[in-house]
Amino acid sequence: MDDLLREFLTETNESLDVVDVELVRFEQEPNNAKILDNIFRLVHTIKGTCGFLGLPRLEALAHAAETLMGKFRDGMPVTVDAVSLVLSTIDRLKDILGGLEQNQQEPDGADGDLIGELERLAVGAAADARGAKSTAGSLTYQVLERALRPGEVSLDELERAFRETAIERPAVTDGKVARPERRLAAEDEERVESKVASQSIRVNVDALETLMTMVSELVLTRNQLLEIVRRHEDSEFKVPLQRLSSVTAELQEGVMKTRMQPIGNAWQKLPRVIRDLAAELGKEIELDMHGADTELDRQVLDLIKDPLTHMVRNSADHGLETPDVRRAANKPEKGTIRLSAYHQGGYIIIEISDDGRGLNTDKIRRKAVELGLASEAEAEKMSETQVHKFIFAAGFSTAAQITSVSGRGVGMDVVRNNIDQIGGTIDVKSVPGEGSSFTIKIPLTLAIVSALIVEAGGERFAIPQLSVVELVRAQANSEHRIERIKDTPVLRLRNKLLPLIHLRRLLAIGEGDAEPENGFIVVTQVGSQTFGVVVDGVFHTEEIVVKPMSTKLRHISMFSGNTILGDGAVIMIIDPNGIAQTVGAAPAVAESEQQRDAKTEKMVSLLVFRAGSPQPKAVPLSLVTRLEEIDCRKIELSNGRHLVQYRGQLMPLVRVNDEVRVRTEGTQPLLVFSDSGRSMGLVVDEIVDIVEDTLDIEVGSDAPGLIGCAVIKGQATEIIDVGHFLPLAYADWFRRKEMSTQALTRSLLLVDDSAFFRNMLSPVLKAAGYEVTAVAAPSEALALIKKGGRYDVVVSDIEMPGMNGFELAEAIRGERGTAIPIIALSSITSPAALERGRQAGFKDFVAKFDRQGLIAALKESTIEWVEAA
Amino acid sequence: MNTERDTIDERVTEYVTVMIGSQLFGLPIARVQDVFMPERLTRVPLAPPEIAGVLNLRGRIVTAIDMRRRLGLPPRTGTRPAMAVGIELNGESYGLLIDSVGEVMKLADASREPNPVNLDARWAGVSGGVHRLDGQLMVILDVDRVLDMANTAVAA
Repeated sequence: MDDLLREFLTETNESLDVVDVELVRFEQEPNNAKILDNIFRLVHTIKGTCGFLGLPRLEALAHAAETLMGKFRDGMPVTVDAVSLVLSTIDRLKDILGGLEQNQQEPDGADGDLIGELERLAVGAAADARGAKSTAGSLTYQVLERALRPGEVSLDELERAFRETAIERPAVTDGKVARPERRLAAEDEERVESKVASQSIRVNVDALETLMTMVSELVLTRNQLLEIVRRHEDSEFKVPLQRLSSVTAELQEGVMKTRMQPIGNAWQKLPRVIRDLAAELGKEIELDMHGADTELDRQVLDLIKDPLTHMVRNSADHGLETPDVRRAANKPEKGTIRLSAYHQGGYIIIEISDDGRGLNTDKIRRKAVELGLASEAEAEKMSETQVHKFIFAAGFSTAAQITSVSGRGVGMDVVRNNIDQIGGTIDVKSVPGEGSSFTIKIPLTLAIVSALIVEAGGERFAIPQLSVVELVRAQANSEHRIERIKDTPVLRLRNKLLPLIHLRRLLAIGEGDAEPENGFIVVTQVGSQTFGVVVDGVFHTEEIVVKPMSTKLRHISMFSGNTILGDGAVIMIIDPNGIAQTVGAAPAVAESEQQRDAKTEKMVSLLVFRAGSPQPKAVPLSLVTRLEEIDCRKIELSNGRHLVQYRGQLMPLVRVNDEVRVRTEGTQPLLVFSDSGRSMGLVVDEIVDIVEDTLDIEVGSDAPGLIGCAVIKGQATEIIDVGHFLPLAYADWFRRKEMSTQALTRSLLLVDDSAFFRNMLSPVLKAAGYEVTAVAAPSEALALIKKGGRYDVVVSDIEMPGMNGFELAEAIRGERGTAIPIIALSSITSPAALERGRQAGFKDFVAKFDRQGLIAALKESTIEWVEAA
Repeated sequence: MNTERDTIDERVTEYVTVMIGSQLFGLPIARVQDVFMPERLTRVPLAPPEIAGVLNLRGRIVTAIDMRRRLGLPPRTGTRPAMAVGIELNGESYGLLIDSVGEVMKLADASREPNPVNLDARWAGVSGGVHRLDGQLMVILDVDRVLDMANTAVAA
């Protein structure tokens, strides 16, 4: 293809893209003469160039479009039809350009249809416009309110110049002489243009690509040199090397800059897409774009272009409702899709949100079951956020009707794959009735990333900073230490249980070595999944150049690539997505407590241990603050009681029963229970395991300290009553706080079908100063209230056979007509359940094991209640 | 006609000979990029056992293949460092770890013999034939098949 034609194609395609965007804007602001001028100018240039290159089809079309646009300038009212027509003309132009690019000549075809339409509109409008002009006057001709300064050109002149310049080019080549009076103006304009032109040049993308590779190599070599010089203290290379280093850094930045493009380039087509979609779907849609000038690497830009378009289409199609539905929901008829981009650290965050109907959780859930992504039971137990995640699964599309817009089952999974590929993450948040919002986090550039260099099993690895949330130093006997549940390591981090993964074990290196208690935990986040990666050491962060893995090694999902470090060694780059997948596949313990609660309504994590007898004993894990193994030499005997110095306090030790012996050598396993700053250690023989099971106490027990017996993982297990042991440690455990006489007058009705929870909570509530009446069924509770029983507060479970908590709350409301505060006690804390609860009349929602939260909620509501009464 | 047959008969291939275990192998010289001493080999966790690791060779990342493992031979003993033969395939660099490098030999294609039918399957999978030399046999290593790890499983 000859250079002239190639340049023409690039330029014209770009111009047409701009015209596309401008036209949509123009339709919204028909009085903005500036936009119109811009469109006019672009179309005019295209026309002129086509004439010059001998492309009659293009020229005729552009000419017809220009004529119509000229009429707009003359004050013809701008109609949707007219704009649509011009837009389809532009589409036709693009088609022809496509053909031109392939065959280097205009494809055959007739454009009489479009040209006819364009002319008809232009002629028809001309008559209208004349009428309008005489009455309303024209807005479009801009009149300069001051005299022209030297060198300035009047608008008229300028316009004429535009008309002439394009035609003038052939004049020069053909050796014809243009009329002199025109020539002057044209030259003026040409001068302005050339000044702009000389400030930017077109560079082949491949050339930039090569440049980037070279710079990457340079960075590596620089790093190697720095490493060498570091080893030689008084090297004379030091100063020049420092200079080289800073020049390299600047060069790197400079080259990166040449590759940067505003994200607006990827958005350019969206206004048109949305406009056409709105027409097709009969919706009113406003596209709100922020941060279009946010820059990112063109390689990344290319990769997210399609996903972005797809997501915006999705929002328009699935997200937003039709105007009448919106009206019915008290929303403005016009739906809004908001697109925003901004920088954060070395990353760019793109958000796509709409104010539509939100994701349909139930539908997704059903579909997930249908597709076999989850069993029905699993799906039921999942939180909304978990369910929403399914939209990223392959072949997932819930659109009941497959429209031409979206819903072909190649949707969000493709989006997610594309984003995964560039090391980014995507997350979704959705509120029913209020809309959904997708957040994409991607690195600014792919070639060079900032990574944390860590050590595990004697080898170094790089972890991309993108997914690193924080670093925690784990040390035995410190606040942050690695605890073990059976063999699964976990970390308590700000009241959350963080699943840990030993990098050594994950990569099967340094096996046989004991897993160290001291190490660093790289808290890593992938999507909404957080976990800790335990490493032996952390070195520093380094800008690394990502090199793809050898094809022979690409199947290892733990690595996303490799790189050469400053010292010349090759190391692997860890892929957090790969790790996240293994964490996800690990046993349920690896999930956060909250998720587990949501998942397993009646499933309880139980700590199984042995004490005194070979028969296993168990206690709900959530009641246990910590598991300890303490050095027996630290156990002191005072006044017949065993004590140990623990975290700066003396902690009494209590034996589960008399058969348990407090060891005198080695280490002593303890279950530590803490409450309000006091701790007690329960002495056991052996901590066996942590299991998830339903807790069904089948045989009650009168033995002190035992609630009863239950079958746990197929074995009869004694369930111990923590409430029994607490007063053994501190006689006043239940009496010391909030125990005023006034408090005692407060009565509380506890409704829970599980004997275990009734037994568990009663002492706690009593301790907080309530007179507790515990019943097993809502019907019993209602009967008591009907009989005239007066309670200051009701605490009720939600999931109960027969009547559930919501129904109970509604019934109590109906019964008394007054506002007894009712507090829901539930393992389900999804937003939907919360909302349902609030509607039913629950004052507060407390997670089942959150004793402190329960006490706080009780205090708050009873104070209000007492005050109100 | 006669001349054509002659050229076929006269066609020769140059081989770089290497020792792996006690066996002499030959690699077609056209496929050999360079011979180097592998240094600072980084193990790749979870990699197939034949992959000894990766290393940095003048700024390129080279995947090192342990030829002894590839051929089912016992690991190397002794103190002499291993050598590596650099090979390129589809734009990627590989290094075949061998015991030592011999010489370059020009051998007529006509004298190449097919693999003996009873050759160990693992070897047959990577061998492109045998040349009889004075006093020993040279097995021709088919580089493409050596790098095709999928066919290791056959013999394993």
